[in-house]
This record gives sequence, structure tokens and C-alpha cells, in this order.
Amino acid sequence: MQDKIRKILKEHGRLAVDAATLTETSDLYQSGMTSHASVNVMLALEGEFDVEFPDNMLKRSVFESIASITSAINQLKN
Amino acid sequence: MRSLTSSQLVEQARIIGSSTAAAFADQVDSDARFPSESVAELKKHHLLSCYVPKELGGQGATLTELAFMCEELGKHCGATAMVFAMHQIQVACLVHHSLSDKFFSNYLAELTKNEHLIGSVTSEVGVGGDMRSSICAVEMNGGEFTLNKNSTTTSYGAQADDLLVTARTSSSAPSSDQSLVLLRKSQFTMEQVGNWNPMGMRGTGSAPFKLSGRGPISQIMASPFATISSQSMVPVSHLLWAATWVGNAAASMSRVKGFVKQQARSKPGTLPPTALRMAELAPSVQLLRTSYRHLLAEYEDIIQDESRHEELSTVGYAVRMNNLKLAGSQMIVDIANKALQICGVLGYKNDSKFAMGRILRDSHAAALMVGNDRILNTNANMLMILKGE
Repeated sequence: MQDKIRKILKEHGRLAVDAATLTETSDLYQSGMTSHASVNVMLALEGEFDVEFPDNMLKRSVFESIASITSAINQLKN
Repeated sequence: MRSLTSSQLVEQARIIGSSTAAAFADQVDSDARFPSESVAELKKHHLLSCYVPKELGGQGATLTELAFMCEELGKHCGATAMVFAMHQIQVACLVHHSLSDKFFSNYLAELTKNEHLIGSVTSEVGVGGDMRSSICAVEMNGGEFTLNKNSTTTSYGAQADDLLVTARTSSSAPSSDQSLVLLRKSQFTMEQVGNWNPMGMRGTGSAPFKLSGRGPISQIMASPFATISSQSMVPVSHLLWAATWVGNAAASMSRVKGFVKQQARSKPGTLPPTALRMAELAPSVQLLRTSYRHLLAEYEDIIQDESRHEELSTVGYAVRMNNLKLAGSQMIVDIANKALQICGVLGYKNDSKFAMGRILRDSHAAALMVGNDRILNTNANMLMILKGE
């Protein structure tokens, strides 16, 4: 799952660093992801993992790292 | 809804608005100069620091009180109301995000004595109007930072005592990784690099400036600007701006009522045709007022409950606060325009007591200060992912 998330971050996150170099807990916002880019990441994640993030999960802390995104998707899958 | 009819703070703002601000509003507008008399009165009554908590020597005002004060000032002088609102937005950022920090709690305690006016330097040449993006960076050197910034607009930049400035957290940080940095009067130089001769809001002195500053690193706020922006700067801005627009709308309505009453007196017993137009306008003013006050009450509830602060960082909340700016800034122009139509030539004449010129010109700033198209773009993006409306 994390490889797919990295691929989405690389394509849509507009990061200032290479997504391959991110650790699980690297702060994506500090790595250059803007609020605007984060919405594109959310859309791509919904498509890739066939989930829908409910509105109460559409907040900064859920999308701040690969680990937090993984945990959110797992929560929705189960 | 909180009842504030007895608030002394709002009453003080009402008096300053109806006396000093009203007396100088036309001169401030025609000369495009800072409303120094009104701001001096606000300082004299310790109203610039009224949002500082009582424990630090302030008056512990609520945001609702600040908003009602903006309404009162906005009834008489749009520039005074906007300067007051913009200053309080800075104070709210400090109070909400840095009370536990020793330097900033001391700073706020000092504010209650020196009544400094705090300016905001968030705009920057080269970032295309995006407040959440900076070129300017804090450069660390030992325990000190330096920063240099070219702003496109810094309201009352020439009069501000202290400044809150956005800057990248370091010279290697991406443009969206920003801090909010305080600069005190002795720590910066501001050179005005352009004129300020706008259509309305002429007293706000929102010219471009070239800023250079340095200070100890304790003056860099610990919370990331991303958090300060979404939880305080943006919502408080939209709420207090809307409050000033309600003041502007009330001023329009008051001219309309005066005009219609004058017509009615000239032909006792008959309802002048303009009376229906007046009755048509009243619901718009009411709608503008209630829509912002509803969001204001909700924000007050959330900000007082720390476990709910994250709600302010959700996409849904950001969309709703932006909706207030989008809708309110259009309503206010419509209200002022209709008021002009009702008052007719007497509204069109600048030297008439029903003059609508300044009010109408001021109202147009609402859609431009943070351009509505930028906000529409942001909302369009966020609505793609939001499930509710």
C-alpha cells in the first residue's frame, strides 16, 4: 500500500523532495505539499484504494504523513 | 446567540464610531489618510488590547464583542473599522496560539499598556496573492533571525507599531512551510515603495512596502503558520471583515431610512414609492447580519473547547468560512448599490447627508481584499473532495 501512496504523492503531492526519500512519518506539508495539492492527493487516494474519506477525516492531520494516510485507509477498508 | 446589549466594550466602540470616526470619515476618505483620530481614541480606551485575557491585564473580550465593535465602527468609517479588525486578527492569532509561550504572553501583557497597533505582512511580491506561500525566509544566525520581504500591500504599514510577518521557516524550506514572526518597532525598517490612491477604503493606507527586520528567535511563533492560518487568521478575518460589512450595510440602511422618511414627511398620509424599495432592502441587511453571526457563535464555541480545534482544520470548515466571504462581499455591494438607487440624486451627491459615494466605494473592497476568484478557486478544489455541501 505504501508504494502506491508514494506513487500518488509523487504524481499529485507537488513535493519539494523525491517521494521515494520520504520516511513513513515525514511531514508531507513540511515537504512542500500545499493544501491545494493535498486535495488532489485525496482524490487520487480515493480512486486508487476505492474508498471515500468522510468529511470529518478531511483534515490536515489525516494527510500529514504516509503513516497517517495508511492508517486512515486501513480504517476505512475495515 | 450571546446577548451583548450591555457590553461596555461595544458601547465604547459605538461612542467612538458615532463621534470621532464619524467626524473624520469624509476627510480620511478624501485625503486617503490614516484615521489617526479614531485609532488614538481606541488606544486611549485600551480597545486595541481588549481581546487580551484578563490574567494578562487585558479586558478578556470575546470575539463576538470584537465583531460587534467592528459593526459599530463600520457604521461610520469603513477604514477605522477595517484597521481595528485587521489589528484584532493579529491579536487573535497571538492569543489563540501563543499564550503558553513566555515571550508572547509577556508581549501581550505589554500590549495592554502600550496599546501598540499590529500590522500584518502576509502579502509578497512574486507569490501571486497566495497567503500560504512565501519567498521570504527567516535566516537564522545564532539566537537571532533576519528577514527581508517585499509586500504588495501592507495595510497601515506606515503607522503600525509592530508587525506579524509570514516567512518560510528557513532558506531551504518549501514555499508553503511558513512561520509567523513578530517584529517590534525598533527591530524593523519599512520603506513604502508605491502609492496608495485607491477607489475606496482609502484610510487603510495599504501600500506596498519593503521590509527588513531582525530579532531574537523567541519571536518566531512555535505553531506552524498552516495551523494559525486555518484555525485563526482565516476564520477570524472572514468573521471580522463581515462584521465591518454589516456596519457598512447598516450605514446604507440608515441613509435610506432618513431619505424615505424625509419624502414621507413632505406628503403626509401617502407612502412614498421608495418605501417599498426600503422594505425590500431590509431583508438583505438582516440576512448578511444573521449569516455571519451564526458562524461567529459557532467559532466561539469551538475555540473555547480545545478538543474541537481540529474541526477548524477540516476541508468542510474552510469551505463554509470561504462561503461567508464570497456571499457577504457580494451582498454588501448589492446593498450599497440599492441604497444609492433609493436615495437617488441625493445619494449621488457627495455633499448630501444621504451621500452614498464613500460607502459604495468602500463596499467594493470586500470582494477584492483577498480576491474572490482566488477563494472560488480554493473552494472549487475542496468541493471536489467534500461529500456534504
